Amino acid sequence: MSFSFARFLAVLAKEFIQMRRDRVTFAMMIGLPIMQLLLFGFIINSDARHLPTLIEMNDSGPLSRAIVSAMQVSDYFDIEGPVRGASAGERALREGSATFVVIFPDNFERDVMRGQRPELLIVADASDPAAVGGAVGALSGIMQTAMAETFSGMLSSVAPTPPPFGVSVHRMYNPEGRTSTNIVPGLLAIVLSMTLVMMTAVAIVKESERGTMEMLIATPARPLEVMLGKILPYVLVGYIQTVVFLLTGLTLFAVPFEGTIQAFFLGFNLFILVNLALGFLISAAARSQMQAMQLSMFTILPSVLLSGFLFPFAAMPGWAQILGNIVPATHFLRVVRAVMLKGGGVADVAGELWALIAILLVISTIAMLRYRQTLD
Amino acid sequence: MSGEPVIDVHGLTKSFGDKRVVDHFDIEVPRGAIYGFLGPNGSGKTTTIRMLCGLLTPDEGEGTCLGFDVRREAGRIKEQVGYMTQKFSYYEDLSIRENLDFVARMYRLDRRRERVDAALRDLGLADRQKQLAGSLSGGWKQRLALAACLLHEPQLLLLDEPTAGVDPKARRDFWDEIRRLAAQGVTVLVSTHYMDEAIQCDFISYIAYGRKLIDGRSAEIPSMIGLVTYRVSGPDISALEAELRKEDGVEQVARFGSVLHVSGTDREKLDAVVEAYRKRGTHQWVEKTSELEEAFIYLMAGARDNFARDAA
Repeated sequence: MSFSFARFLAVLAKEFIQMRRDRVTFAMMIGLPIMQLLLFGFIINSDARHLPTLIEMNDSGPLSRAIVSAMQVSDYFDIEGPVRGASAGERALREGSATFVVIFPDNFERDVMRGQRPELLIVADASDPAAVGGAVGALSGIMQTAMAETFSGMLSSVAPTPPPFGVSVHRMYNPEGRTSTNIVPGLLAIVLSMTLVMMTAVAIVKESERGTMEMLIATPARPLEVMLGKILPYVLVGYIQTVVFLLTGLTLFAVPFEGTIQAFFLGFNLFILVNLALGFLISAAARSQMQAMQLSMFTILPSVLLSGFLFPFAAMPGWAQILGNIVPATHFLRVVRAVMLKGGGVADVAGELWALIAILLVISTIAMLRYRQTLD
Repeated sequence: MSGEPVIDVHGLTKSFGDKRVVDHFDIEVPRGAIYGFLGPNGSGKTTTIRMLCGLLTPDEGEGTCLGFDVRREAGRIKEQVGYMTQKFSYYEDLSIRENLDFVARMYRLDRRRERVDAALRDLGLADRQKQLAGSLSGGWKQRLALAACLLHEPQLLLLDEPTAGVDPKARRDFWDEIRRLAAQGVTVLVSTHYMDEAIQCDFISYIAYGRKLIDGRSAEIPSMIGLVTYRVSGPDISALEAELRKEDGVEQVARFGSVLHVSGTDREKLDAVVEAYRKRGTHQWVEKTSELEEAFIYLMAGARDNFARDAA
């Protein structure tokens, strides 16, 4: 049997026709590389700048003002405003609304003049070592600039070197700067969204693809009974995954669990629900199990890249941060990190929990609307 | 076959997008009848059946099924209807028993174990009950599906092409079962493509492209169409067949082995043609009563024309 070029061409042509007909696959072929390119090219930036910074100013003077302004000018620090008292600063760090708190000690200016080398304390949220690394590295340059500003003109000759004050950086939450401490809690968000979205979507699409959905609808069973019955087993899957994950994380990787179990429990239940709703939504859009898988993959990409899981959230451009805030994994990730690493409680993560509730409501509403249409 | 009709619907209409799949469909099915539902593929049979059992809401039209309103009481209808889908719609990765048990639970049946055991016995699958449904052959799958939709002892069976892809022996067994059920008072609406199955029905409704063409007792269908048929035998029948097709007044030539059935609705025209051919003396022409076979071939040909008009 010789190779028939005509037959080969026929198969080739048929393949292209099928490729074109399967819209979802076609969209994925074009869309996925573009999306990856945009995400990796524009968003991923491990040199995080514009980190929110609070100033606890216990003594104001020309030098302290110069230091604050040099920090702002450096681009690494975004001075969000003043803060009073240690507890307020700590709270801001725990909630994630600030990455740095800069504390100028009492009588800072006087002690500098007296040559007593006061200590400028910078408290950093080091739970993501990569995010704060660049800013901390830039500190000595910033201090030089501040000195040059203060002792400008005639005074420049008397400017002391090294600076007449010390800078001590206090790395909170992950003092050893271990990457795994940051990555492992984040991984829970990724694992849950990967498996739950896909499993739910495929399980539901399977019923319509195999024709068993028609039999189900022909029985007196109500849609709510069917859907709850189909989805609840995957909540259990989420629980098992979380327990397995926690046990391995705590023992094998020695990740701390500093916060309250209530905050964690609320967070992961909400997140499981969000993922199931998302899977349900995908099942309403997909016509085959294959399409359901592809669409699930599509939702996982932003969860990995936009959530702050692999790359510091603060390092992303503004528009990407807005997109990132729509991604449920972003909020769950913050809950897990705040609770496990920073010792957060329900009050500290309330904002993220509300965000998850809002996302859940939006997704389930859309999914229910779509589901009603597909029945008739 | 008395009392109120089990199905009584008028003007059922359903469109998907701008395609009108079922167009003002009426049907009245008396209790205990086997009602055959015929028509070419895509004529709207499945959509009609789905509307009757509450799976789809009609766009227009109204009526009752088992005394319940097809629009508002779909839930009640579902409880008393057994619907067998065209495609096998049970779980291939569940065992035979698990499938039956699941269906019994969907209908919230009492004495579940007992009913499932009985169904397995009737099926003759009691010793294979742990086998996965996916590993069954076409004929067995069909029997499982029938058993599953009989579990809740429905008063009405809606069967959508139940014997597609099933061998003749299994088809015969299946129809024996259907007749047995009808004798017990179960009403059966069955869609089919097979002539030998249509003949077994008490009533027949023929639809094409969403519209009903004819509806009545199966014995009366040929006379309703008013078809006159001659049986022709003799030498070189293929040549004659080609020749006859061109004649005015001959609307249909159907071949049955070595004889031709030549039919038309206009007796005068047809008789004139027959007279002319008789004079040749080459073939024998005998008038016969028109049967369902000729009637269906005629209807199918008509349906094509009907569709061509639509397309034009």
